[in-house]
Amino acid sequence: MELLSGADMIARFLQDEGVEYIYGYPGGAALHIYDALFRQDKVKHILVRHEQAATHAADGYARAAGKPGVVLVTSGPGATNAVTGIATAYMDSIPMVVLCGQVMSHLIGDDAFQETDIVGVTRPIVKHSFSIRHPSEIPEVLKKAFYLAATGRPGPVVVDIPKDMTAPTERYEYIYPKKIKMRSYNPVTRGHAGQIKKAVELMLKAKRPVFYTGGGVVTGKASEGLTDLVKQLGFPITTTLMGIGSYPQSDRQCLGWLGMHGSYESNMAMHHADLIIAIGARFDDRVTNNTSKFCPTAKIIHVDVDPSSISKTVRADVPIVGPASSVVNEMISLVQGQSISQPEALAEWWQKIDGWRAEREGKLYEPSKPGEVLKPQEVVEALCRVTRGEAYVTTDVGQHQMFAAQYYKFEKPNRLITSGGLGTMGFGFPAAMGIKQNFPDEDVVCVTGEGSFQMMMQELSTCKQYGVGVKIVNLNNASLGMVRQWQDLNYKSRHAQSYMESLPDFHMLIEAYGFTAITVNTLDELEPALERAFANKHELVFLDVKVDPFEHVYPMQVPLGAMRDMLLSKTERT
Amino acid sequence: MRHIISILMENEPGALSRVVGLFSQRNFNIETLNVAPTEDPSLSRLTVTTVGDDRVIEQITKHLNKLIDVVKLVDLTEGNHIERELMLVKVKALGAARDEVKRTVDIFRAQIVDVTPSLYTVQITGDATKLDAFLQAMAPVGILEVARTGVSGIARGDKVLSL
Repeated sequence: MELLSGADMIARFLQDEGVEYIYGYPGGAALHIYDALFRQDKVKHILVRHEQAATHAADGYARAAGKPGVVLVTSGPGATNAVTGIATAYMDSIPMVVLCGQVMSHLIGDDAFQETDIVGVTRPIVKHSFSIRHPSEIPEVLKKAFYLAATGRPGPVVVDIPKDMTAPTERYEYIYPKKIKMRSYNPVTRGHAGQIKKAVELMLKAKRPVFYTGGGVVTGKASEGLTDLVKQLGFPITTTLMGIGSYPQSDRQCLGWLGMHGSYESNMAMHHADLIIAIGARFDDRVTNNTSKFCPTAKIIHVDVDPSSISKTVRADVPIVGPASSVVNEMISLVQGQSISQPEALAEWWQKIDGWRAEREGKLYEPSKPGEVLKPQEVVEALCRVTRGEAYVTTDVGQHQMFAAQYYKFEKPNRLITSGGLGTMGFGFPAAMGIKQNFPDEDVVCVTGEGSFQMMMQELSTCKQYGVGVKIVNLNNASLGMVRQWQDLNYKSRHAQSYMESLPDFHMLIEAYGFTAITVNTLDELEPALERAFANKHELVFLDVKVDPFEHVYPMQVPLGAMRDMLLSKTERT
Repeated sequence: MRHIISILMENEPGALSRVVGLFSQRNFNIETLNVAPTEDPSLSRLTVTTVGDDRVIEQITKHLNKLIDVVKLVDLTEGNHIERELMLVKVKALGAARDEVKRTVDIFRAQIVDVTPSLYTVQITGDATKLDAFLQAMAPVGILEVARTGVSGIARGDKVLSL
């Protein structure tokens, strides 16, 4: 029998669970745990410069690796600083375990120094949370936390650990719980066979079908099966922002992504479809636009592991509760050997879609002329060429995020790492850091803007400490581009607080940390600068790219309209 | 429509706040709420009455089921059920009204459980409409204080909400 203190149990459990990196920041209530981590060398702790960055780094890793990211913070401000990152992970269903120090249990409720009811504060933004009440509970509670975070619809789990639970003098038996069972938590493992059969029958009969797939396909590791299914049926597919890469974007059947800034052909196809096959997507308001005008002629099949996502905003005709991978595989086995009953109708449908494609071909933006300021879109296109479409691309939030998603062509899932649900500025850089540490031989690039980057730029120091060679492409338009765009469209160009005056000299800033910065002003400087940045995989390079501040993101759905109601440029609309 | 949802949940600290928090967070209504441990001390039974159309009620039950602490739940209003609420009321009982209150208490099959020279404390059980009717009848006499437990309920017949 092995006797360990609570703190040593935490360190041992993380080892036994196979956790390699944890992201955190020490403080009084977490010091016993930090001491236990110091006395072992299997679990590596990465010291961030702000707790929000710890959560984003763990989140980035979780998205790229498909395993829970782990965060360790102290009580009070340490824990509250982590809140935005927890909410970010919650909105995008990302598995994460956040260990929070807490004041000693006899002080809880007394407004003790650095005390916050973090379980209360985070209650609406976690999948579940635990408070440790006795050190002997630690192994089981941690196992439950990891199990809950990673299974079913994944999400963040907070574990609140009062300091006395980790006291070095109190030792209890430690056994690593290999399995855990919870009577109140049994995520579904497969969909209802009858419903799946019904769905496949509708699919085979459809005249104007569209697959609409989301982040659930990525987190549910169902991309391969989905690609098979879509290819067998020959149907068009559009993904959500979170689903980008779950089907190769270079394939003819892929219409790109849909919604507010989705592709013209995706939104048109959705509006005119007679059957929508939604998998792991949640009919979010940035996708559906006005739900009362949403896809008026379509029947809807909705596959989701979370029953509460089904018929939440748009009523499903064939609801299927189940994990994307198993449902997709069952669909494949039913489709095999069958042929669609209306091939002529499908051919006609494709003609229509190809027509929409041709209408927008080459009309998406005006490239810059020699000597003019760069367009942000062409920067992303060049980035895609230089990295051969294979990089992990993280983004912050705003115009640059939409441009990255529109102009980088993703062939694999888990490659676009972006805060889709919460829309968290400051997410991209720490997320890139978390990915790069775990995938050191891959290209990891953060596409950002000067507004977002300044929210988390203190992490340059973390990158210096651990030699993290991420690339940062700063699409610098000296303004909060998306806010400015909305002000142009809805507030007669009154640019309230959307300018960025007094920007730092990014060149000097980056060099102060000992990294390389390259300023790019013109098109002929762009590709050489990118080539130089990506020449060495292990060096952090910052590209400060000056781009056109007057550019807008198009297409853009018209507020309260249908899927097909879009602004296509500053002067055209559907 | 009004629904009565009964929930079996883990008797853990914080479980109640998750259920209540869910209602405010997702903009659902709580009309009454009633919670106590069951014969199994590891389980609590919580009964909530809420109002909403079918879509809202479907979302409420789905989101409640999603809470890790919720083990099982039933929408009692989907079938035949027994609904009860207990109310304690202090009413003025002076002069001629003293007899009148006593008679009304008997009509409603309520009980007077405490007496002072100037007031009666009445205990009454029944469904919410009966309790409302009693309050209406007492209003002219003068209601001094009301304590209601909120609705509790159970399905009729063989149906059982248990693990």
